[in-house]
Amino acid sequence: MNTEATHEATVQPTPLQLGDRTFRSRLFVGTGKYDDAETMNGALAASGCEVVTVAIRRVDLDAKDNLLSQLDRERYFLLPNTAGCFNAEDAIRVSHLSRELGLGEWVKLEVLGDKKTLLPDPVGTLEACQILVDEGFKVLVYTSDDPVMALRLQDAGATSVMPAGSPIGSGQGVLNPNSLSIIIEQLDVPVIIDAGVGTASDVTIAMELGAEGVLLNTGIASAKDPIAMAHAMRHALEAGWFAARAGRIPRRRYALASSPSEGVIGE
Amino acid sequence: MIDNQSPDEGIEVCLNGDPQQLPLGCTVSSLVKSLPVEPTAVAVELNRTIVARSLHETTIIEPGDHIEVVTIIGGG
Repeated sequence: MNTEATHEATVQPTPLQLGDRTFRSRLFVGTGKYDDAETMNGALAASGCEVVTVAIRRVDLDAKDNLLSQLDRERYFLLPNTAGCFNAEDAIRVSHLSRELGLGEWVKLEVLGDKKTLLPDPVGTLEACQILVDEGFKVLVYTSDDPVMALRLQDAGATSVMPAGSPIGSGQGVLNPNSLSIIIEQLDVPVIIDAGVGTASDVTIAMELGAEGVLLNTGIASAKDPIAMAHAMRHALEAGWFAARAGRIPRRRYALASSPSEGVIGE
Repeated sequence: MIDNQSPDEGIEVCLNGDPQQLPLGCTVSSLVKSLPVEPTAVAVELNRTIVARSLHETTIIEPGDHIEVVTIIGGG
């Protein structure tokens, strides 16, 4: 029994292979919505993440403090998003601008279709994905939980397909585990569950479904204690990764005693 | 109406979606230096075409140009 102890202390999820890169953490964390740089940096460190997402926006002419200037850029891989774009053309423009900003050719592609739900526009998403892939970008693409759309995006050359667990920032967790598990089963490229995480168990559920990783922002940044929640998210991801590989027991309608039924006194 | 006869020979452009007066002959480089941001932390689009950093010094902004100056901020 004790032989497992050393093993337990050192074992970690395997690194994540995405395109030609390897990432030590499977948790991707957004840098939006933090109250201050100290909390942001503390939460990112506690999450153990390597990839952080960032946005590209017009320079604020009124010079409000930009928290990102206090991010340790040497420590993280910055993944720019096209958040806020509602058509393929704008998402492609933002991708070009992010490349000009020195962020390379990796992009988290979002082409949104509706301001209330922030659900993706599938037509614009597929169009932008095809064009950016042709231009040499590594496209990690935000999509809905539609398995057919996920296949189309893989066919278009996406480096990762990232279906939403539930609407962005909604905190509803994984609303459609059936569709997500079909996507995970069907795709060859890594599937990262993006959006909707409310608490640590949502991350575990996503990983138990077989996802290769989870991307979240609000669940940490808007928690009452973002650093504690980041810590929880890190461990929740590891728990889900191991559980997915350990093989859960089948569900049964009735109980099955854990202790032997023989030798009970009084029989 | 815009006073295009202003004594300082300014030009009217659209900067990040808003009208803005710039001096005649203003380059992308001098515009960027006037903004509250580290000049190396921006990317510039002029009339929807990216101006490479190496061309900021020599690119002169013309009246009516649409300029976007963007940077990296926190996001999800």
